[in-house]
This record gives sequence, C-alpha cells and structure tokens, in this order.
Amino acid sequence: MNEIAVEAKGLKKTYEKVDAVKGVSFAIPKGELFGLIGPDGAGKTSIFRILTTLILPTEGKAEIFGNDVVKDYKKIRNNIGYMPQRFSLYQDLSVEENLNFFARVFGTSVQENYDLIKDIYIQIEPFKNRLAGKLSGGMKQKLALSCALIHSPDILILDEPTTGVDAVSRKEFWEMLIRLKQKGITIVVSTPYMDEANLCDRVALIQDGRIMKIDKPQNITNEFGRKLWAIKSENIYKLIQDLRQFEFIDTVYPFGEFIHITSKDNSMDINSLILLLKNNNHSKIEMLEVQPNIEDCFMELMNN
Amino acid sequence: MSRFIGFVKKEFSHIFRDYRTMLILFGMPVAQILIFGYVVSNEIKDIKIAIYDKSKDNVTQEITNKILSSGYFIIDKNIDNDNQVEDAFKKGNIREVIIFEPHFAEKLEREGKASIQILADASDANTANIVSNYTSAIIRTYMKNELMKGELPFVIDTKVQILYNKELKGVYMFVPGTMALILMLVSAMMTSISITREKEMGTMEVLLVSPLRPMPIILGKVIPYVGLAFMNALVIIALSYFVFDMPMQGNLTFLLLETLLFILMALSLGILISTVSKSQMMAMFISMFALMLPTMLLSGFIFPIENMPKILQWLSSIMPARYFIVIVKNIMIKGSGILVVWKETLYLTGITILFLVISIKKFKVRLE
Repeated sequence: MNEIAVEAKGLKKTYEKVDAVKGVSFAIPKGELFGLIGPDGAGKTSIFRILTTLILPTEGKAEIFGNDVVKDYKKIRNNIGYMPQRFSLYQDLSVEENLNFFARVFGTSVQENYDLIKDIYIQIEPFKNRLAGKLSGGMKQKLALSCALIHSPDILILDEPTTGVDAVSRKEFWEMLIRLKQKGITIVVSTPYMDEANLCDRVALIQDGRIMKIDKPQNITNEFGRKLWAIKSENIYKLIQDLRQFEFIDTVYPFGEFIHITSKDNSMDINSLILLLKNNNHSKIEMLEVQPNIEDCFMELMNN
Repeated sequence: MSRFIGFVKKEFSHIFRDYRTMLILFGMPVAQILIFGYVVSNEIKDIKIAIYDKSKDNVTQEITNKILSSGYFIIDKNIDNDNQVEDAFKKGNIREVIIFEPHFAEKLEREGKASIQILADASDANTANIVSNYTSAIIRTYMKNELMKGELPFVIDTKVQILYNKELKGVYMFVPGTMALILMLVSAMMTSISITREKEMGTMEVLLVSPLRPMPIILGKVIPYVGLAFMNALVIIALSYFVFDMPMQGNLTFLLLETLLFILMALSLGILISTVSKSQMMAMFISMFALMLPTMLLSGFIFPIENMPKILQWLSSIMPARYFIVIVKNIMIKGSGILVVWKETLYLTGITILFLVISIKKFKVRLE
C-alpha cells in the first residue's frame, strides 16, 4: 500500500492568458481510488492531461509509477488506461469493433483480458453489433471503460466518467470502479458530483486551479467543526432571502429541497428561529440539525 | 505488426462506412474523367476554313478535295490575296487558312519539294491544335498514297503556324490533368480530413495515450488511401485508353510507378495539412484552396503556363502537379522513359521527402 502510484509536485499549467492549474501537489498510493472533486473549470482536466502525458506542465513535475510524465512519456503510455471527458471512441465502429481495435492497439486481445472487463462488458454485450455512436450515454461510458481497461493497465485515469449519465448508470459505474479497485488497480477519477466523493478512498477538493484539501471523505466531513442545520418552508426563495438578512446567520446554501445554514456563534435555538420566520410569514417550516457532507465542506473551504 | 494491421483495418471500416467518402473516392474520378473527356472532346466536324491557293494546279486541287471530303472541314471562302487572310480570321468564321505556295505542282516535280502553310486561329488553343494536326495528317496521307508511288520521293512541307496564341505547348490534355487533380483530391484531402477527424472526435487523445507511436498512426491512416488512390489511377488510365483513345506509347509499369510517386507526394502533403489544421473543416479548406485550385489553374492543366504572368509562372513551377502532368504526357503520348523525365521525377521525390520530414517534425506526440 505504501508504494506511490502518482506523485505531483507543484504542478502549474498556464494557457495563453489563463492559469488553469496554480501549483498542485499530491501523492496517490498504489491501489487507491482517488477522487478529484471540483466544479467545471477548476483545472481537473488539465491535471489529468498532464498525468496522461498529453500536455506539458508549465511548472512542477509529476510521476506515474516513478516515470516522469515529460521524459518517460512512452513508458507511461504503455501502462495507463485513460478515459477522456468527452466520449472518444469511434462512433462509426460497432461496440465489438471498438473493443477489438483498442485491444490490438495495446498489443493484446479481448480474450486475454476478458476477466477484467467481463463484469462491465457483459452489460453491453447484447449490443455488441451496434455502432458506438448509437449507444445511450451510460452504455457509451461502459464501453469506454472497457476499452480503457482492455490492456489491463495498472492505473486508470477517468476524467468525469459520470458526467451526463443517468443516476442508475452512475451508481453502476461506481460499483464497477470499486470492484476494479479490489483487483488492485489504482484509479484516479474526477467528478463534479459531490455525492460521489464518499465512494473514494481519498479526495482532493479542487477549486480555481488549487487543491483546497486532500483527505479521506470521512475526515473532511468530520473537520467541518460547526453545527449545520437544514431548513425548509413553503417559499424556499423567500426563505433564502430572509435568512441572509439575519445577523446571527453565517452561511446559507440551498441544498436540494432544504437550505443548509450555519450560525456565527455556532449555536442556535431552533424554536426561536422558527418563530422568527413565522413572523416573516413563512409556513410549514421544518428544521433539523444535520451531518455535514462533502459539498458543505467544499462550500466552507471555498469561503475561507 | 498486429497493432498496425488492426489500425489499417479500422481505417478501411471508416472509409467503407461513410457513403460520402465512398462517393468521393469512386464516383468522382469516373464522373470527372467522363465530364472532362466529353466536354473537352477532340472530335472535330465541319470546321470552317479558307483556302488561299496561289498555284491553282491539279495537285493543289486534289489536296483541297481530299481535305474538304474528309468530313472535318468545310470551305467558307477562297482567298486570292495576302490582305484577305487577316480579314478572314478577324471576321471570326474560320478557324484555319491553308496556303499553297505558287507553282506548287511544278516545284514538287522539279525540286521534289513544295510547301503548304497552315494558319490556325489559336484563340481557342485546343481546337487550333487539333485542326492543324488533322490537316497535316490528311496532307501526309495524300503524300504517302499518291506521290510516293513514283521513284523520286516527293516531299510536301507543311508549315503550321499558330496565330494569336503562338505557344501552343501548354494546351491541356485532360487525362494527365484530371489524373493529377483526382489523385491530389483523394490522397491529400481525404487523408488530411481523416487525420483531423481523429483530433476533432477526441480519439486522437486516446490514441496518443497508447503504445502506438506517431509513425504507425500516420502510416496506418495513409496506407488505405495509397491503395484507393492507386485504384483510382488505374480506372482513369483505363477509361482514358478505352473510352477516349488516349495513346499509351510508354511503359505502363513506369507510368504506374510515377503515379505511385505522385500519390505518395500528395499523401505527405495531406499529412502536412493535417498537422497544421485543427478541424476537418480547416483541413478541407486548406486542401481546397491550397491544393485544388492551384492544381487546376497553375499546373498547365487548363491554362497554358507560357501565357501566364511571370509571377504565376514562377508559382506554377513549384506545383508538383505540373511536373506530374509533364511526366504522364511524356510517357503516354511520346513513350518517353526515365531519361526524359528524370528531372521531374527527381523534383517529385525531393518534395515528397521534404513534406514527410516537415510533417514528422510537426506531428505532435501531445495535444499541444
């Protein structure tokens, strides 16, 4: 477990005028499922492209299994499974042809590594003669994952594999990743969905080209360190407006059908707040204390 | 090697599954050669000519009859003094004036030699060329059949003079031109588009992060097109030979080798285009404007190079298609071998290597 699979030191990437990555360092031990969590434009894709040797870092260095991404890019390319953010298979080839093609490109055959992809491929096998371009979003991702896995790489780098995929397929996809992890494959995955963070061994929360925090999801939520309440009423919009007016309330973020709030002195009497809101013409008010999740932590970190 | 074969196989699948690609690859060459072939037909019929017979003897009379009875020419006018020649042309009815020198029969008998001058209006260069060739041929046949019977060899000297476009050398023969055009299109445009398509679809990203090196990727993309372009060349040569009676004087194998060289040149140009363009659209525009138009306009395919302004002549001299056209013409029409066209062949080889070197240097092993 102590062997390092990926190590990045002070990575920076500057495109003409934009600083996409502003000094990022992390280390991922072998066999870990590591998540890069952050909104669009946070620099996730740039980091992944540096790791996959597709672009050069402006500054800093990165190694994959001890191979430098700049100097030893050929070695890295032999042993890496990469799934770009955009569906990047041949749309005019069938499912089976795509898989066979990538198997051959990596100098292997589908039979040879069938065990590895079996769980995944079996789900798309009924459509093996369908053109890849005609698959649904979820099936496309499963095919892409199969293709990235076909040569049995030691590390998988998946750039937002679940973006634009329905909830059921997302869940299935993560189950597959966890099974792959159990087979000893190091997996680095990025996602804009905070709820997926809990499925990773460790996550890096990234915002605006900087990593705000790297830790186990559990530790991150434990470190929230404040009480968090969820509240809702009939008029959510007005509720947000009103809550933001109150002096003693610190943060107000809408969160699904609830609003998550914290108070400045970390204590709040639920009943008096409800009373206060009732005086402001709110009805059907529900309020309870909740455990912070990754998204709450992300927001919290972003503000600091 | 298995990797490479897999790649080539995949490339063929792309080509055979896209009906537009198929249409360009197989429909266009045939359509183009037929269109050019029929539009630029060298059949002539009822061409109006004028005759200026300064001799008016039985031999000139006989030759005139032969020419007029051939079915190609009809007489528009008999001319009886020098001034009328220019006027006759300027009216624009006639395409050719045939002038017999004075005392034609007498000279032929005494000196064994007499002259006929053929003036052709080359404002339409192609017709002028054909018309004058037909006339000369009729006179030659007459000479062979009628005059050679005697013991003394008689010679009728036909002097062809081309008016208004004196250097008729560049007049196009459509087959070499079409061949250059189509091979350029298939090879350069199709490869550049197919390589940029991988970039556009994001598949290049996946290919790069694989053990495949740039060379096999490029070769794998290019090889199917070598085969297809070569097949196209065969179709064009066959069509031109069987349908349009293009002569095939030279060695076919040699012609095919030169064709292969030209295909390689066009492919390396296609690769070069793909390394500088980011999208299929861009690759297509570069191919269109940087390749197709110059190939058509500057290679001597349509417009004679000799009549171009100096700067265009200079530009034309770097057009690979120009040299290919010269090579094809020489082999097919004159039956020349490598000794005649070695300079052109050398140029094509050189520029192919140049394109290849630049594109290998420019090919990015990364995305940027």
